[in-house]
Amino acid sequence: MRNENQVEADNQVEAETATSGEFERESVPESARLGAGKFWGMYAGEHAAGTEFMIGPLFLAAGASLQDLLLGLLIGNLLAVLTWRFLVTPIAIAKRMTLYYQLERIAGDRLVKLYNVVNGVLFCFLAGAMVTVSASAVGIPFGTMFEVPEETFALGSTDFTLIVIGVGVVMSIIAAAGYQVVAQVANIAAPWMIAIFAACGIVSLVQMDANSIAALSEGKFWQDAIDFVQEKDGVQRFGFWQIVVFAWLCNGAMHFGMADLSIFRFARSANSGWAPAIGMFLGHYMAWIAAGLLLAAQIKLSQDTTANPGALAWGALGWTGIICVIIAGWTTANPTIYRAGLAFQGVFPKSPRVAMTLVAGTVATIAGSFPNLSNQLLGFVGTYGTVLGPMGAIIFVDHYLMKRFGMREENAFHSGQSINIAVLLAWAIPVAIGLYLIFVPTSLFPDKLFAAYAVVPCWVASGAIYFVLSKMMQPRAIA
Amino acid sequence: MKPILKLISMIAMAFVIVPSVVYFGGMISHDAVKWTALAGTVAWFATTPFWMGREIEVDADAVEI
Repeated sequence: MRNENQVEADNQVEAETATSGEFERESVPESARLGAGKFWGMYAGEHAAGTEFMIGPLFLAAGASLQDLLLGLLIGNLLAVLTWRFLVTPIAIAKRMTLYYQLERIAGDRLVKLYNVVNGVLFCFLAGAMVTVSASAVGIPFGTMFEVPEETFALGSTDFTLIVIGVGVVMSIIAAAGYQVVAQVANIAAPWMIAIFAACGIVSLVQMDANSIAALSEGKFWQDAIDFVQEKDGVQRFGFWQIVVFAWLCNGAMHFGMADLSIFRFARSANSGWAPAIGMFLGHYMAWIAAGLLLAAQIKLSQDTTANPGALAWGALGWTGIICVIIAGWTTANPTIYRAGLAFQGVFPKSPRVAMTLVAGTVATIAGSFPNLSNQLLGFVGTYGTVLGPMGAIIFVDHYLMKRFGMREENAFHSGQSINIAVLLAWAIPVAIGLYLIFVPTSLFPDKLFAAYAVVPCWVASGAIYFVLSKMMQPRAIA
Repeated sequence: MKPILKLISMIAMAFVIVPSVVYFGGMISHDAVKWTALAGTVAWFATTPFWMGREIEVDADAVEI
């Protein structure tokens, strides 16, 4: 029988394993490690989020065929799972450190702060898109529709902007209070949300009279919707390989960028690295397709091509759809604003976290006021991976190659540098080139580079530059 | 008490998803799907917090896309 002290000690471990905020500057101890089942449970609730309500319809609006989508998402998601399993998990269980602490030891604390701020700014835009998504649902009972102006930085209707501000203020205040309560709501909502996505997809099929094997296999309901969009907005093509690469790399910051080191450092075995499969195939397969079907059904019923998440979910499931969109947007925006607040606080350490979270929430709300930004989510998540992904290459090279080629790993930690110039250049050069090609038309890419295509080249280039510069810059005595 | 609450949660989940499948088979109306899903949603959020979601997961502050 266990005595009270043992029980108390066990409770202590339980509390310490409870959040990723623990063991931030140390290796996760044996007692705090978690079995694979925990990770399957965690990832089951991941990736069925507010973003899914935007991304699915955007595939259809961009002209992706149903066959390409079904096969392309399958391959892309499989590649993403393999990346988590064979790239992230081995390093996570070898080092058992958070991404931030691992980077600090390699790149130096000031460079990590810079990385963190860049991350925070990107998070603000992501949170902004989620504010827009939730506001689109809040507006439905008031008859306020989400309209997308042509210009990127143009406001929607006055009513919609006021709703965005209201939603943004509420989300920011809740995020300032911490992430724990919303994390609990997200846990409870996750299985329900997955069921809602599935129900939305099934209802949409019936609304398009696609409730027979023949109609489903013919797929005319999808093609009709694409034809309608293209007749209205002009011909667009979102091909098979674009779908594969997008599905693979939309979470590039989490796997190629190694953000999920912070999660898998708790893994008892590398097999936990398979767990993202459940999140990918529920969220980035079923939910994306279901959300795309919502738009196809709306086009069939009302010839409206606006990818308004609130209206789409309302059309399929009424009030339940509205509740789902609000909760999905809120539970995605909350940790995002919270994380961005922490990043900003890193730059101004004397400022209270609450104030910095409110600053992040304000930026997110301003971003959310421009509906066109959320409409560009396909490009945004690729850009997000392009900017943050390369830091993962630096961790990869540091872990696998430095010692093997006679160099010192975790150089900033051993030399006391606050900025490792090799890391700074290896990160900045490929990312700058990548961003240039994404945002500026060039002779090589007259229509600009599809953002997700830049993730892997930037990752490889960063790793190579870091290796070469380290070889040149590390003193021979060390080597 | 917990097993009863879990059972109610499972029934609530069935109320969310099953009617859409029945609707697919053409056996109920769209309005019936909407109202049963809403009833299931209310029951889910009324019962599930008592047996699930109290533990803060290690990925709770992670950002998902």
